Amino acid sequence: MHTFGYRANALLTFAITALAFICAIASFSDKFSNQNPSAEIQILNINRFKKQSHGNDEVSLTLDISADLQSLFTWNTKQLFVFVAAEYETPKNSLNQVSLWDAIIPDKELAKFRIQVSNKYRFIDQGQNLRGKEFNLTLHWHVMPKTGKMFADKIVMPGYSLPDAYR
Amino acid sequence: MDWQGQKRVEQLMQILLVISGVVAVVVGYTTESFRTMMLIYAGGVVLTTLVTVPNWPFYNLHPLKWLDPSEAEKHPKPQVVVAPKKKFSKK
Repeated sequence: MHTFGYRANALLTFAITALAFICAIASFSDKFSNQNPSAEIQILNINRFKKQSHGNDEVSLTLDISADLQSLFTWNTKQLFVFVAAEYETPKNSLNQVSLWDAIIPDKELAKFRIQVSNKYRFIDQGQNLRGKEFNLTLHWHVMPKTGKMFADKIVMPGYSLPDAYR
Repeated sequence: MDWQGQKRVEQLMQILLVISGVVAVVVGYTTESFRTMMLIYAGGVVLTTLVTVPNWPFYNLHPLKWLDPSEAEKHPKPQVVVAPKKKFSKK
């Protein structure tokens, strides 16, 4: 500690170590927030349901998505990534997940929303399994904190079904 | 900076940084603002830098008292007597 450079170096290393501790505490404090997210999705319309020329089923839907994810925001949350996936079972695959819509929520005020959209990404099956198919719509979210580990969770909403015939 | 000053500056640096860190976390958590926490901590680091890095006169209150050079002349350094080396010679 006898020269300017030694003192500056000691200060910098200690300050950065303390900063790491502060960030760890901030990340740890997230565990004490209580989260009660809710979501509801309705299928307003099946816009199109057909077999593609090369044989795979394709559906176009209009969804009414309403969700309240405000409780996921803490002081250490940077943003949320949210997506809606259709999940169903076929003889070939025990779990098919098709992403239909997604969004990035950068702010707590925007985390309570209601939106009516047709599917942003195409809903295409690997095969011709979609006629009369029961499927779940699942709202997945990834919480991106300012410091610490990213984590994900979901709400599964069962009981949706597709028509028995193409249209 | 003298010896006492170096000890004091190190303790002061650690105490100031820990205090600013604790204050930053408490205020940031209560106001739910990560930004406030970072700004308070950054302010604490700048303050600590200003207090501890420059060689303030405050750290030079206990200068070392060196002996006068005349003392050294009065007590000459004992000379090391070197024993004459025995040379190893080939026969």
